[in-house]
Amino acid sequence: MSEWAPRLRRGARLGFDPVRRAPVVLHPEGVLLLNATAEAVIAACDGVATVPDIVARLDERYAGVRAEDVLTLLRGLVARGVLHPEETR
Amino acid sequence: MTAPLGMLAELTHRCPLHCPYCSNPLELVHRDRELTTDQWRSILTQARALGVLQVHMSGGEPLARRDLPELVSHASGLGCYVNLVTSGLGLTEARMADLAVRGIEHVQLSIQAADPERADIIAGTRAAKHKRAAAAAVRSAGLPLTVNAVLHRRNHDQVAAIIDLAEELGADRLELANTQFYGWALRNRAALMPTRAQLDAAEPVVRAARQRLAGRMEVIYVLADYQDRLPKPCMHGWGARQLTVAPDGTVLPCPSAHVITTLTFDNACERPLAEIWYDSPSFNAYRGEDWMRDPCRSCSRRGIDFGGCRCQAFLLTGAAENTDPVCALSPNHDVVLRAVAPTEDLPFVMRR
Ligand SMILES: C[S@@+](CC[C@H](N)C(=O)[O-])C[C@H]1O[C@@H](n2cnc3c(N)ncnc32)[C@H](O)[C@@H]1O
Ligand code: SF4
Ligand code: SF4
Repeated sequence: MSEWAPRLRRGARLGFDPVRRAPVVLHPEGVLLLNATAEAVIAACDGVATVPDIVARLDERYAGVRAEDVLTLLRGLVARGVLHPEETR
Repeated sequence: MTAPLGMLAELTHRCPLHCPYCSNPLELVHRDRELTTDQWRSILTQARALGVLQVHMSGGEPLARRDLPELVSHASGLGCYVNLVTSGLGLTEARMADLAVRGIEHVQLSIQAADPERADIIAGTRAAKHKRAAAAAVRSAGLPLTVNAVLHRRNHDQVAAIIDLAEELGADRLELANTQFYGWALRNRAALMPTRAQLDAAEPVVRAARQRLAGRMEVIYVLADYQDRLPKPCMHGWGARQLTVAPDGTVLPCPSAHVITTLTFDNACERPLAEIWYDSPSFNAYRGEDWMRDPCRSCSRRGIDFGGCRCQAFLLTGAAENTDPVCALSPNHDVVLRAVAPTEDLPFVMRR
């Protein structure tokens, strides 16, 4: 897990919906409406930053960031087809 | 009630293929009743203003519309994610490259079977030979590719080979979808119905492929509706997330909804899309739970599956308010049991 550097799947991208005034992620299977935290997490998924890096990055901006919550969110995004699955080596 | 996220734009019903499993209606919209480019532009603009973020350009064969490139530019320019749903016939490298520049972000390519002989029988035309070039065009445009194979009695034994073909085509995702019985598929239901043995054989094959291909190609398996004991949460509920615009501008909560003849559907050329979404009797008919009858009305799963599919309830029981008869709790469940009972192989009625 600590080696995992999450990245968006091909065809998925972050966007902003001016109609709902909300960040969104658009991807082949659908649309996810995001809150600010989820947006920040996805924005940090550049395929280089590992999960601890992402947690550290978020910690600079938000109070009370918990590694477990970030991991749950990331795994949820994998399950929804937004992020690449964690590679097992 | 919330705004829609997605829109299925059925640009045309014209199609070079004749798939007997096609979910398009038996009464296809004729070319002279298709919307103009400007009418589609207006609908797309209204859809974005209403909240639509994803547009599926489909049909029929969307490539049969000469103005597809302009419509893609328009939808993409509005900020929509544009998905192309195609049989691949006519998808040359140049055409794909142009569509990608204009804003197509994902392509869903259908295949009919694993080998050309069988695929062409199912398609009713020489379709198979175009699939490799179409898939290659998508890949060289750098776009994600989903291969879609509709499964039924006449290709279910090929699941393993279909998975191999999708891998060869370079798919990011493979959707193995058991036939949903609407339109031409309902007309051909007896010939298409997979056997229990076929369904049981497919499951371990899919499971093994998922493991083997993890991280390379995602394999999605859509269960056989009639053979599942629980109904599908159709469209995430009526008029909840998506709308469909038919080739003549009829606005539907789902692509099959026109079969519910007790409802009258509005046309996007006659009434603003937002008004149709929020205020029309057709879109409000089965929102929420007040319309439900028993057993759904008092069932703990009603918030999960919304009582299944309204179109299926109408088609198989005569009333859309009834429980989808796929549900084992439906008093009409026997119509489904009879439909899945073993029969001999029957000929197809090809889609026109
Ligand atoms: C109606 S087709 C139109 C687009 C294009 N002609 C094609 O076939 O790809 C849209 C999608 O629905 C799938 N499809 C068609 N009939 C179906 C059915 N009865 N059940 C499930 N999927 C179906 C097709 O494979 C295709 O991916
Ligand atoms: S499912 Fe087959 S017949 Fe129907 S629109 Fe698609 S390619 Fe044409
Ligand atoms: S009775 Fe209705 S709500 Fe309950 S499982 Fe069946 S379809 Fe779903």
